[in-house]
Amino acid sequence: MDFELSEDQVLLQESVTRFVADNYSFEQRRKLVDTDQGYSDKQWSQFAELGWLGMPFAEDVGGYGGTPVETMVVLEEFGKGLVAEPYISTIVLGGGALVHGGTAAQQQELIPQVAEGNLKLALGFAERQSRYNLADVQTKAEKSGVDYVLSGMKSVVFGAPTANKFIVSARTGGAARDEGGISLFLVDADASGVSVRGYPTVDGMRAGEVTLDGVKVGADALMGAEGEGFGALETTIDYAIAATAAEAVGAMSALNDMTLEYIKTREQFGQPIGKFQVLQHRMVDMFIAHEEAKSMAMMAAMRIDDEDPNERRKAASATKVQIAKSARFVGQQAIQLHGGIGMTDEYAAGHYFKRLTMIDRSYGDGDYHLARFGAVS
Amino acid sequence: MHMNFSADELAFEQKVAAFVSENLPADIKDKVDRGIELTREEVRRWMEILGQKGWAATNWDKKDGGPGFTIAEKFLAEDAIFMNGAPKMVHFGTRMVGPVLLAFGTDAQKAKYVPKILTSEEVWCQGYSEPQAGSDLAQLQCSAELDGDEYVVNGTKIWTTSAHCADRMFALVRTSKEARKQEGITCLLIDLKAPGVEIRPIITLDGKHVFNQEFFDNVRVPVSDRIGEEGDGWKIAKFLLGHERSNATYVSMNKRNLRKLKEIMADQRADGERLADDPGFVRKLADLEQDMLATTTMAMRQLAAASADKPVGAEASIMKLRVMDAYKQCHELMMEAGAYYAQPFERGHIRGEANTEWVGPDYLYRMSPDYFESRAMSIAGGSHEIQKDILAKRALGL
Ligand SMILES: Cc1cc2nc3c(=O)[nH]c(=O)nc-3n(C[C@H](O)[C@H](O)[C@H](O)COP(=O)(O)OP(=O)(O)OC[C@H]3O[C@@H](n4cnc5c(N)ncnc54)[C@H](O)[C@@H]3O)c2cc1C
Ligand SMILES: Cc1cc2nc3c(=O)[nH]c(=O)nc-3n(C[C@H](O)[C@H](O)[C@H](O)COP(=O)(O)OP(=O)(O)OC[C@H]3O[C@@H](n4cnc5c(N)ncnc54)[C@H](O)[C@@H]3O)c2cc1C
Repeated sequence: MDFELSEDQVLLQESVTRFVADNYSFEQRRKLVDTDQGYSDKQWSQFAELGWLGMPFAEDVGGYGGTPVETMVVLEEFGKGLVAEPYISTIVLGGGALVHGGTAAQQQELIPQVAEGNLKLALGFAERQSRYNLADVQTKAEKSGVDYVLSGMKSVVFGAPTANKFIVSARTGGAARDEGGISLFLVDADASGVSVRGYPTVDGMRAGEVTLDGVKVGADALMGAEGEGFGALETTIDYAIAATAAEAVGAMSALNDMTLEYIKTREQFGQPIGKFQVLQHRMVDMFIAHEEAKSMAMMAAMRIDDEDPNERRKAASATKVQIAKSARFVGQQAIQLHGGIGMTDEYAAGHYFKRLTMIDRSYGDGDYHLARFGAVS
Repeated sequence: MHMNFSADELAFEQKVAAFVSENLPADIKDKVDRGIELTREEVRRWMEILGQKGWAATNWDKKDGGPGFTIAEKFLAEDAIFMNGAPKMVHFGTRMVGPVLLAFGTDAQKAKYVPKILTSEEVWCQGYSEPQAGSDLAQLQCSAELDGDEYVVNGTKIWTTSAHCADRMFALVRTSKEARKQEGITCLLIDLKAPGVEIRPIITLDGKHVFNQEFFDNVRVPVSDRIGEEGDGWKIAKFLLGHERSNATYVSMNKRNLRKLKEIMADQRADGERLADDPGFVRKLADLEQDMLATTTMAMRQLAAASADKPVGAEASIMKLRVMDAYKQCHELMMEAGAYYAQPFERGHIRGEANTEWVGPDYLYRMSPDYFESRAMSIAGGSHEIQKDILAKRALGL
């Protein structure tokens, strides 16, 4: 048992902390997310130079061989500044799908480009009717000679507006909601028949609806064996849960810091409001909620690569349930403790609250993962 | 003891419902249904329609120029108005200024202001809070100094709901720094078009323009627009606390929101089934609906007690706490029901200025903004913590 970061991990943490401090003040972020693109190309290149984009990938495909712990370290710091670059969509979701489901050739070709910052990915796994069920796939991939023709729509695809390539789940067989018969495909964003309707999300990030209208792809676009993509997709999402949990923990820690500072300095009735016991206890509960979430995010980072898929599922779902509980409590109470100012768009607390709320709406909410945790435990 | 409405009362409810469906302008109804922010003109248009009908002040007696509804009718009127899609009114005139004028105003003040409150010709806002005076209202600093027969007002008010839709402000100002904090507070009626008044919007985290900050730079207010004597402000504010009835409005809002939640649950899918058939979600809905039944029954008890001319007193705080909790919970469930489609957000859609089609099911784009907005319900009008302090002190003697 060892809960300490290694020396290298501490260095990594320091460099991400520095980046966030220099580039993600509340005002800087507000300006950035209000631009059309919503993030900075320059910062993306900086991530590449710093090695963050190649971090979780194996060295033989151009990565740095990082573990989920490195991903946790990066995302926790990102969470503190609500970093808006499409790191999760490209590295964790897109990159993850390549790692867990891609062929050796696909990995050799694409991962180096991702690590260099020249290729952005997005993973289309949700659909209009699917809610959080990854197996509820209606998008079809029909064989046409040696090619496949994809038709359907992928909903709320994170990072879609600036992705160069999509990885989408599509049905090559099986019935509605069967896990079997789901395949993953690589699709160029500029392929004929692909259209993207991009938009901002509540938390200032970007996503899009990706429509596939008879998109023809070659056999080399199929990731792994036909009809057997579900396992890779599920694994990828579980890794994304671990990563996003760390981001949520960072966001909660920043929000708690901000709230604590506020109740120490805001005076009403001739004293700091932090002197009122009801607020003290509330703040203590927020502090505990963060500590619990942090423990679970660490657990997820250490267990998510367990070889036993059930252990992986348990770790992911239990963590997501904790994040749902903690993020909701911390977010709501942070606003409450700030009073009127907490309700304004000009103040940072609400933006953390919004991101935390949207993390709960991603990859399955607390209820969904409580049921899944119950089913696999 | 019974909780039924008579045939006459139910016929009355039908009458109100019919009026609203015939007279609520389609454009306004549509915006309300879709959660789009109303413009000043739209807010006022509907208030005037109800005002012309004599129903803007559902809570007023006949002798004061109101419709003279019975307790049951007041309750049913609110329900019928909201269940038929009407927007929330800016009700500071009918719920605050009017009752205060009737109790403390001079004849001249009543003649000048009351008729226009009843017809909604003039819309009012509430100027209590300041940056340094929120929960601790007695700390307010916005000053009014007497100069001949006018007060000169300097300072600021903040979080003022709908000031941008209003003509006048019902304000608490400081006229003396000598006395006990509470004793130096005076109540003034401020014309928002007077020179020296500046109203700045504050955008809330749901992207809407709900409240404002006002700055007063040597704004002159005639002494004839002071209510009561100098130093009566605190007494008047306390009088209003006991008269706060707007929580009953939220009982009806809750009912409408619950209906919406059920519509969403009937349309959203989970594992191929309707969300309305998902046992986990159904349990949450049931929990909420049970809560709403409890608050509705409490509201009816309080209304009935008020009819017997007993003051509601500290128990009004129970209503505020529980009705607003249910309100927040309902919005949380609507947002949860949206799953991934709780995420897309374009401010233009909420403000009715969008030039793009919405991407998800039409009823969903407002759900996250509404959820964020609903968080204010335990802050505005005296926070939950303050309501509980009131109950601890006044109901429990702690
Ligand atoms: C099962 C059990 C085993 C115990 N074993 C031991 C033992 O082995 N040795 C020993 O010495 N004692 C023991 N105790 C006693 C225990 O430490 C006391 O009961 C405890 O400290 C509370 O004191 P009290 O009972 O006098 O309650 P009080 O102190 O009178 O408290 C009553 C209530 O008021 C609350 N309260 C008190 N002060 C505050 C405050 N400042 N702010 C907010 N709330 C407050 C308390 O939380 C409690 O809810 C035991 C008690 C129990 C129930
Ligand atoms: C949407 C909205 C609309 C509003 N509309 C109006 C309006 O039209 N007119 C108007 O005048 N005002 C309005 N307000 C202001 C509202 O009345 C204040 O926000 C409220 O009274 C709280 O004051 P504050 O924001 O300064 O918070 P603070 O008073 O600073 O409170 C911050 C936190 O401390 C807690 N707290 C404070 N004192 C205590 C205590 N003694 N014990 C325990 N906890 C305490 C509060 O509960 C809160 O959680 C509105 C506010 C909102 C959010």
